[in-house]
Amino acid sequence: MTNFTDLGIAGLRDGFRRGDFSAREAADAYVQAVSDAKALNAFIVETPDHAIEAAEAADRGRAVGELRPLSGVPLGIKDLFCTAGHQTTAASHMLEGFTPTYESTVTAKLFGAGAGMLGKLNMDQFAMGSSNETSAYGNVVSPWRRSDGGNTPLTPGGSSGGSSAAIAARIVPAATGTDTGGSIRQPAAFTGISGIKPTYGRCSRWGIVAFASSLDQAGAMARDVKDCAILLEAMSGFDPKDGTSLDVSVPAWEDRLSADLRGKRVGIPKEYRVEGMPAEIEALWQQGIDWLRDAGAEIVDVSLPHTRHALPTYYIVAPAEASSNLARYDGVRYGIRELPEGASLAEMYAATRAAGFGAEVKRRILIGTYVLSAGFYDAYYTKAQKVRALIARDFQEAWARCDLLLTPTAPSAAFALGEKSDDPLAMYLNDVFTVPSSLAGLPAMSVPGGIDAAGLPLGLQIIGKPLDEQSVLDAGLAIEQRAGFSARAERWW
Amino acid sequence: MADASPAYRIQGATGEWEVVIGLEVHAQITSNAKLFSGASTTFGSEPNANVSLVDAAMPGMLPVLNGECVRQAVRTGLALGAQINRWSRFDRKNYFYADLPQGYQISQLYHPIVGEGALDIEIDDGGTKQIGIERIHIEQDAGKLMHDQHPTRSYVDLNRSGVALMEIVSRPDMRSPAEAGAYVRKLRTMLRYVGSCDGNMEEGSMRADVNVSVRRPGDELGTRTETKNVNSVRFVMAAIEYEAQRQVDVIEAGGKIVQETRLFDPDKVETRSMRSKEDAHDYRYFPDPDLLPLELSEAFLAECRDSLPELPDAKRARYTDVLGIASGNMTVITADVANTVYFEALLAAAARVQGKAEPEVARATSNWLVSDLFGGLNRIGRSIEDSPVSPAQGAALLGLIADGTLSGTLAKQVFEIMLETGDDPARIVEERGLKQTSDTGAIETVIAGILAANADKVADYRGGKDKLFGFFVGQTMKAMAGKANPAVVNDLLKKALG
Amino acid sequence: MSVDIATVRRIAGLARIAVSDAEAEALVPELNNILGWVEHLAEVDTDGVEPLHAVIPNQLRLRDDVITDGGLRDAVLANAPQAEHGFFAVPKVIE
Ligand SMILES: [Mg+2]
Ligand SMILES: [Zn+2]
Repeated sequence: MTNFTDLGIAGLRDGFRRGDFSAREAADAYVQAVSDAKALNAFIVETPDHAIEAAEAADRGRAVGELRPLSGVPLGIKDLFCTAGHQTTAASHMLEGFTPTYESTVTAKLFGAGAGMLGKLNMDQFAMGSSNETSAYGNVVSPWRRSDGGNTPLTPGGSSGGSSAAIAARIVPAATGTDTGGSIRQPAAFTGISGIKPTYGRCSRWGIVAFASSLDQAGAMARDVKDCAILLEAMSGFDPKDGTSLDVSVPAWEDRLSADLRGKRVGIPKEYRVEGMPAEIEALWQQGIDWLRDAGAEIVDVSLPHTRHALPTYYIVAPAEASSNLARYDGVRYGIRELPEGASLAEMYAATRAAGFGAEVKRRILIGTYVLSAGFYDAYYTKAQKVRALIARDFQEAWARCDLLLTPTAPSAAFALGEKSDDPLAMYLNDVFTVPSSLAGLPAMSVPGGIDAAGLPLGLQIIGKPLDEQSVLDAGLAIEQRAGFSARAERWW
Repeated sequence: MADASPAYRIQGATGEWEVVIGLEVHAQITSNAKLFSGASTTFGSEPNANVSLVDAAMPGMLPVLNGECVRQAVRTGLALGAQINRWSRFDRKNYFYADLPQGYQISQLYHPIVGEGALDIEIDDGGTKQIGIERIHIEQDAGKLMHDQHPTRSYVDLNRSGVALMEIVSRPDMRSPAEAGAYVRKLRTMLRYVGSCDGNMEEGSMRADVNVSVRRPGDELGTRTETKNVNSVRFVMAAIEYEAQRQVDVIEAGGKIVQETRLFDPDKVETRSMRSKEDAHDYRYFPDPDLLPLELSEAFLAECRDSLPELPDAKRARYTDVLGIASGNMTVITADVANTVYFEALLAAAARVQGKAEPEVARATSNWLVSDLFGGLNRIGRSIEDSPVSPAQGAALLGLIADGTLSGTLAKQVFEIMLETGDDPARIVEERGLKQTSDTGAIETVIAGILAANADKVADYRGGKDKLFGFFVGQTMKAMAGKANPAVVNDLLKKALG
Repeated sequence: MSVDIATVRRIAGLARIAVSDAEAEALVPELNNILGWVEHLAEVDTDGVEPLHAVIPNQLRLRDDVITDGGLRDAVLANAPQAEHGFFAVPKVIE
């Protein structure tokens, strides 16, 4: 008998196509796994009916010879994607009860490709956070535990922490994520899975609750590189409804996947060797370099001189955009409304937004409001966009010397829930390696490389040229094959 | 250009004051769909019927720019001789209000699509004055708040939310309410010529924000106030008059003018401070990250240029110099593009019907249009755009006059019937037998009868009562049912009466 | 540049977020901490650098002027906290 939850996307898809099992059987197994894993708090809403309906449609399709790219595959969907008829909250109290009448382009593509939805995955509120502790629906708990015998609950990373936890716990085969400054890659690294953020503009942003428009990108999170390729292929594509969508065709990433890196040059940016980086991460990075060399790549040293300015730049640009993007949550057209007795319209807004937004969201809205306010705009925002141009230029110059970049994904392994939640700055520093490529809109991926002394996964990040997701995936595969990462979170939930 | 007419001055208790006026006109761009969504711009629909998820700012919705709105803004800029910026972009103006679903208005602050231009206005003494245009930018309209439907609630209708506007910002070059009125009228004429705005002020297609300050003649600019959303030429003038006087009164009483947003109350004919917008001055403008910069190609600009019609000033010159139309008629006709469209179709048809060149028939054609047709339309309360008499029908009528088929009196009768029924003049003449006769035999018989029946009056006339001639003409025309050619009647009567 | 409690209140007012006295007080050091950190950007030489306009080179596309949307009042009002007679309802505004 098949253990369905051992199968990822390719396994489910191919087994279903071969007729080894029905889509319904697989969906039932995953629905059960989701329902059994409440202790992880990975889901805000479970949608078994959706998954089962899609599976039954897949079974009926198969009977008449109609197979779609994701027929037989149930997925987890981050709660940032608007899903028609299913509550979408961005993990905020603000949108409690909000049921979109429309389907985001990305989820519409996935469902059109035959996939079903197991539920809406928990996340950091409005995708603001790196540990999943800002959700209004409670922390997601990582399935991983330190090997010290203690039961310290750990973060699954953020903001796509529900996605990473669910995949690592094998209660979903794969999931959608979104990445604004590292929200796919960092949680992937913390939970020993793979995750790719494509080039800005590859996936439509239409129907995804906006955080920071110039940075937000949807992407794929899965157990391995091949599944990422399959999922990303189904999510990507031009959308006339998104003015920043790229009008380019989607390559057959899965078909062309190759771990042979001969002819590729991989740059190692020296500025990513930051002070206080744990020796284990340093060692893993070196290991990654060796693996890529072994796969045929030439290794070159490169410099990205403005790297250290990336985080401050990000923490001006992203909050500024967010302060404006989140102005629409005012209690008038959807979401919660707080209307104290006798309150005016302005008082209703203030009360609604005070009650609806969590502390981190408020903090970022206030920072964003401040940096855009009269007299400060040029000193903060314009300056940040200039530095951002320099950061993008650094990458362009590096591409003259190499085709890919290899760095660690995060400066540490997963930390304990609560460990950094009192110190916003310490939390922000977690994104130090993922933010620069976000600012430049580049495709980037995290793949598991190994485990640290505490038995926790560590990730390696590959950054590619605009639109060259193929090379990123190929390098990811090369590392995956050599790392032989097989550690799994032991089930405790 | 020097202004020859006496300067407009407010006589204060402490001396004379000069008024300085600048206008920001919001003109709705003529388009089927909204600026950033595919919802309809139709006026007067059911509440929230013409609203897309984008207009309601649902989570995850994104703007996509309507090319026609860009095209019309560029054509408008070209018509005003303005600089067109090949590179522009959209900014967000952030503020909270119930008619603004996104919490920001998408506008263009830093890089507007149109830069400096100018508009010549006619002033009292018949001369012209050039009013500078600072810029034109494209932006979204807001929705509408209704306050009178419920005792404790306001209602929000988003039908207008996202409709495309051009904001046309003048330099503070106007110095009197009359100049401001002339500017708005000329701008409206211009936009209607270009076809970029229907200029319908009652439906809110054009609204002006009126910036007014006062100063001692020749002094530095004073502090200005901005009176928002004034929606008729008359109100613009009234608002300036009130506001300038108020400012003079405040200053002369030892007070100071506060830079603020004010509201015009058309019932009380006064402006007053808009406290509801007081705390909204920090708009936190920044480039809209959902929209890339707008770059215009040479081909796009060329199409905008090539598709521009003949503009008012050129048309006025041509009507005068080439067509020889009297200045009064020329002014009336060129005041609105719809008049010129009608006139030019009418003129072409009239020339064709009469087998003459346009300049040969232009004068008579313009006379008929201005006195007969405009007069008739005015009486029945219709606009030239829905005139029951088409240019071809008008030309046919003018043809029947020219070839002597209809007398002036008969033509007026036929025209009245055309106005009422919309029928062709030839058919009316045919069916009602309104053809004029020059048949001398028939007219002589009638005259003989009338002279016989009025022997006393004939004697009086011959005795020197010349005024009686009109009586005989009237009697003859009446007996001929108005169809006799009046020139022929005159001749024959003179002969018969000796 | 450092923010004080009055500034926090002003920004919160602009952002339409009600803050209690205790919250405003706690936000002062938090915001100063973050702002102090981002202000290091002032050190970067950006003379002659254009601010970034498009992350990935791309053109603004123009849509055709056709009606493709609207006519979905029920969907527009479906999630409204208060909708009456086809309108969204809010506390009465005095203009
Ligand atoms: Mg204005
Ligand atoms: Zn405006």
